[in-house]
Amino acid sequence: MKHIDEYRDGTLARSIAATIAREAACDRHYQFMEFCGGHTHAISRYGIEDLLPGNVQMVHGPGCPVCVLPIGRIDDAIKLAMRPEVTLCTYADLMRVPASAGANLLKAKAAGADIRMVYSTLDAIRIAETEPHREVVFFAIGFETTTPPTAVAIRLARKKRLRNFTVFCNHVLTPPAIRAILDAPVLPEGGQVRVDGFIGPAHVSTITGTTPYLSLAAEFAKPVVVAGFEPLDVVQAILMLLRQVNEGRHDVENQYIRFVTTAGNVIAQREMAEMFELRESFEWRGLGELPMSALRLRDAYADLDAERRFAVETVPAADNPACECGTILRGLKKPAECKLFGTLCTPETPMGSCMVSPEGACAAHWTYGRFRARDRVAV
Amino acid sequence: MCLAIPILVEELLPDDMARVTLNGVSKVVSIALLEDVRLGDYLLIHVGYALARLDPEEAERTIAMMREAAVPGLADMAESRP
Repeated sequence: MKHIDEYRDGTLARSIAATIAREAACDRHYQFMEFCGGHTHAISRYGIEDLLPGNVQMVHGPGCPVCVLPIGRIDDAIKLAMRPEVTLCTYADLMRVPASAGANLLKAKAAGADIRMVYSTLDAIRIAETEPHREVVFFAIGFETTTPPTAVAIRLARKKRLRNFTVFCNHVLTPPAIRAILDAPVLPEGGQVRVDGFIGPAHVSTITGTTPYLSLAAEFAKPVVVAGFEPLDVVQAILMLLRQVNEGRHDVENQYIRFVTTAGNVIAQREMAEMFELRESFEWRGLGELPMSALRLRDAYADLDAERRFAVETVPAADNPACECGTILRGLKKPAECKLFGTLCTPETPMGSCMVSPEGACAAHWTYGRFRARDRVAV
Repeated sequence: MCLAIPILVEELLPDDMARVTLNGVSKVVSIALLEDVRLGDYLLIHVGYALARLDPEEAERTIAMMREAAVPGLADMAESRP
């Protein structure tokens, strides 16, 4: 596959890792956070941690939209789907995310709710067109990557004058989450993880460009390297971060130059700004309520907003008390440190959202990492 | 969730749509979020939408920088691979 295979060359990855080992100061411990679940997945799948010297460690971040969606919103989606007139269209990732009282969308579907997995918002539009007697609700989640496709669907629904299509909007933004991690108070139980630099989002940045990270890098004096999701991209980004730390710099650098520009996708940004506005606050699993971190439909599109049409009122719900998703999403714990990991909680029977999405830290560790001999020891 | 891969544009269709192809599998996607899409472009496809266009020169430059970053002996091995 052109433009994919080149970035999966194991020999080249090992030789770049050898440069990382050469340049890493032996009296120093480097801890970098990969924000995105896509990076977490690549790091686990390709065994990138095993290529790194012991004093260069990766901390998994909260950049998995399925993982950070709070239980209360899944409960809302199930309630919507249980309405006899509603057809809920959702990305497949959400089907098995645990809701309150052991429920999930898959079980709701088995119980008779009309829930359909779609690949694209265009599929949801098509269902609304072909089944005008159904109230089609699109369960919209995702970061800036997935938001523009929802915006295009809203534009299409308006253009086609669809009266039976609405969006249940759960879109969230990446910069406030990065800020929340850097801003976390130092709590007795450990509220903050030490991060020397970030691997910045790959596909989010194709939309936003690299500009939004400038203020974060400057304010917190942390380097950010925007990187692609292929293994060589990640290894190169780690080297770029390490060099910045060694040189005492905290710049925003772009490794993913083949797709990401400084300004990003201006058409997509315009579409998002046209349809969405900031919510004052939104709950993130693991991070709590974050101000100005999520989007809702503007008043001009109120007729396409499922929350308004169906008077959705979110009731906050607690996670399973033993589930460590929250601390794992903040990088404070590793998946294997959760006592549910691999016992009660597996991808077949997930207790927490980090085990559901393939990009969740727990699912990635379960699938690719759990048989590794032992944790690497810092030298 | 944010996963996306570069796929070749095979045919431009009406209403901001295009047929793209990867290893013989083709699919119709929306190109409403991009301007001036051309045949032969590699587009980053995510949930049925093209989000960005691959810059082939920057792709070459990335690979060149990766080879530069490699430890020389090991990099030679990588280059001499069939």
